This record gives sequence, C-alpha cells and structure tokens, in this order.
Amino acid sequence: MATPLVVSEVFKSFTMHLRDGIKLPVVNDVNFSVAAGECVVLGGPSGIGKSSILKMLYGNYAVDAGQILVDHKDRIVDIASADPRTIIDVRRHTMGYVSQFLRTVPRVAAIDVVAEPLVVRGVEAAIAKENAAELLSRLNLPRELWSLPPSTFSGGEQQRVNIARGFITSHRVLLLDEPTASLDATNRRVVVDMIAAKKEEGVAMLGIFHDEEVREAVADRILDVSAFSPRKAIAA
Amino acid sequence: MSDNPLLKVSGVSKFYGSRIGCKDVNFELWPGEVLAIVGESGSGKTTLLNCISTRLLPTAGSVEYRMRDGNFRDLYHMSEAERRFLMRTDWGFVHQNPADGLRMTVSAGANVGERLMAVGDRHYGKIRETATDWLGRVEISADRIDDQPRSFSGGMRQRLQIARNLVTGPRLVFMDEPTGGLDVSVQARLLDLVRGLVNDLGLAAIVVTHDLAVARLLSHRMMVMKDGHVIEHGLTDRVLDDPREPYTQLLVSSILQV
Repeated sequence: MATPLVVSEVFKSFTMHLRDGIKLPVVNDVNFSVAAGECVVLGGPSGIGKSSILKMLYGNYAVDAGQILVDHKDRIVDIASADPRTIIDVRRHTMGYVSQFLRTVPRVAAIDVVAEPLVVRGVEAAIAKENAAELLSRLNLPRELWSLPPSTFSGGEQQRVNIARGFITSHRVLLLDEPTASLDATNRRVVVDMIAAKKEEGVAMLGIFHDEEVREAVADRILDVSAFSPRKAIAA
Repeated sequence: MSDNPLLKVSGVSKFYGSRIGCKDVNFELWPGEVLAIVGESGSGKTTLLNCISTRLLPTAGSVEYRMRDGNFRDLYHMSEAERRFLMRTDWGFVHQNPADGLRMTVSAGANVGERLMAVGDRHYGKIRETATDWLGRVEISADRIDDQPRSFSGGMRQRLQIARNLVTGPRLVFMDEPTGGLDVSVQARLLDLVRGLVNDLGLAAIVVTHDLAVARLLSHRMMVMKDGHVIEHGLTDRVLDDPREPYTQLLVSSILQV
C-alpha cells in the first residue's frame, strides 16, 4: 500500500490585491509524509503556517508549487492540481478534516451534522444516526442537545460535534486542527483515546495541538513548521 | 463518480448588440454536482443561466446535454418541442420570483400535479397523492393543497415552486437567486431544504446567487463572474478561503460577519 500522504516541495504565498498586490510568503519548500497508523503533529509558534498547511492539504488553499499526494481509491491523487470534483471525492472517501470551528448549517440538528459524512457515502440514515449517537455520548454531549442545531451551543459543545463529525467515517487520512482547544480535561482524554483507536486502525493523522499534555499523548513525531518558514530565512 | 458529465458548455457567449452579456464560458457539470455562479448585479450571471437553460439563445457556443439514453445532444440543434419536453421533465427551473414559476390562480396541488400530467400521469388520485407527499417534503401542510399560491407567504410560494420543479424527478435544476427577497429565517429553512433534497435525489444544480454564504452552503464548485467574464472558477471552499483574483478578494472581503 502506498504512503497515505506525501507532501513534496510545496510553496505557498498570498497575494493581497487589495493591499497594492503585496505578496505574503507563507511556507517554502514543505516536505514530509505521514505513514499509516502514524500521528504527526505540526509544531512551531502561532502564525508560522500550521493551519495553512492543513488547509492546503484539504484543498481550501491553492498552492503555488509542489505536490500533495494522497492515496485515494488505489491511485495517487495530487491535491495541488486535482479538479474540484476529484477533491470532493477525496474528501468524501479518503481524507477527513476536523476544523477549529464548526461551520453550522441553519436548522440542521447536531446529530444529523455528525451523521452527514456517512449519509453522503451512502450509509443508511438510521445506521448513520446510530453511529452518530454513539460518538456524541462518548464525547459526553448532553442527549437533550442532539436534536438541536449547534449554532447556539457553547464553544466546547460545538467542538465535540465537530470532532464526532470528523471521526465518524473511516477515512484513511485525518487532519486535525486543534480539536481539543476548548475541551475540558475529561473530554480531552476521550479525544486522546479516539485518536489512539484511529492509529490502531491504521489511519494517517496530521494535527495541530497546542495543549502539551495532549500532544505528548498522541504525537509519534513532531514536525517543526518553522523550518519551512520564509521569515526564518529572512531573519537568518 | 460517474465518468460522464451531464452538461457540457463550450464557448457560450451572448451579446446584446455590442454590449457583452456573457463571453466565452466553458465548463462541465457532473451528476450530483452543485455549481454556484456568483457576481454582482449585471455581471452576466442570469444571462449565462438563461443561455444554458435554453431560455435565451446565445450568440455563439454550444450546450450539450446527456439525455437519459446516454447520448449527448446539442440543445440548440433540438426541435422546440424536444426542448420543451426536456424542460418539463428532466429539468427544473426555480425562479427568484415564485410568481414567474407558478400558476398563481390554480391550487397548490394543481401546480405540482400539472408537471406530473406533462409526463403522462393521468390517474387523479395518484397525482393528488404525489402532490400531497411533495407538499409535505417542502413543509407545506396538506390542508393547504386546495389553496392558491396567491394566499401563500413568499417563503411558502418558493417552497411550492421547488416542489413543482422536483416532482418529476429531474436530473438538472437551475435556480436563479432562490433565496432572494426572503427573510433570513425563511432563507435558512429553504437552504436546508434545498440542500437536503439535492443530496437525497443526487441532483445536479446550477445556482445563481449574489450571496456568498448561500453559495458556500449549497455548492461544491463556484464560478465568479464580472462584466460577463468568468474570472475565477474552482472548489467553493478554495475560492472563498483563498480567492486569487482582485475582484474575488474584494467580494469575499466585503461579506458582513455576524
């Protein structure tokens, strides 16, 4: 089986046309890979480009150069050059993403938000809901909230909905953008256990964790993003 | 993933005299895919939508549609009758103003039933049953089935228009500002409904909107238009999170945060 995720010579900058076209370099020459069953944690100070790397991998950011290779349905897809339709298919079947904040859809109940990734993969609605319920109770989200849309939930509650949504599928690659940032100690431990279970299943994970305890618990390897920072090169 | 697009649009241009409506637009649409066309008023969004849906004859270019038998047909080389049949059965068109898509002086049930009769349904009881079912799906209570849409609120009319369009099981739906002119709470309900139906039915849809939040919620892919040209095109998340063109950056930075 091919390595689930390989990032090779990726460059990224933003051109701000509304600011006289100034160019803000984000990362230069990013190279790494994540093996099956491995959890790689992106390290380095805020603003160094950790979230940007995750967003490039998920297709939310375009890249200037380089390749992002994902093993998708027994072929290698380059996210950097794939068409939107392919990226959607990769997201549906191969690569999951737990963002920092939940993008809430008006009127959709928390349990349906969580079940949705399974439903779009063709799982029967009742079964998808059962799985969603299991995850939500594991994450200690009070049952009376399940049927409510999450837009009015607290930060920690929204985050748990988000985590459940990201973990419900058996995607082979999982991107985690500070999934434990607004959780209490009990729920942080639940998430740490869930990550450990994903490792057992052979899922390749790449994450950002500012909480040291969580990072210690889940990281197989820490990748210092400062090494890819163009600013470091300027400072040196 | 199916290997054939449903719709192929090549080099479509429309000029109003020397003025550009839209110029040299190319794209393909696959089954189950929702494409948003965004841009400010007068950017050519609706002109493009009308050219693709054969409501307006383009000055140049071709639009090919994969028929149910698997063969592509150029829409502008079909007879008027064939095109009309396609419009009535395999396609839906949701207008911004429901009065343009509904018959305001016949009952809600008849508005839905009419499309069924167009595809050959003749059994009154069955038509009424299907109509009732569809009213339920768009959250209009069954006891309003004999009322005329004139007596409905704007949001209800819009939902009725959607039911009328979807009842024949179309494969492609065009929507022109489907949430324009509705209250935000009504908008949310409609968006959720459309999103659910598109997912459940595996429809392909082309949605024209100037509301980027609507585009984010509904669409997979997005085209940004300015002065009749498509200036940016890509995955919806990518266009909104990492806009490349100056005009798109301006649009995205102009969204009000709540």
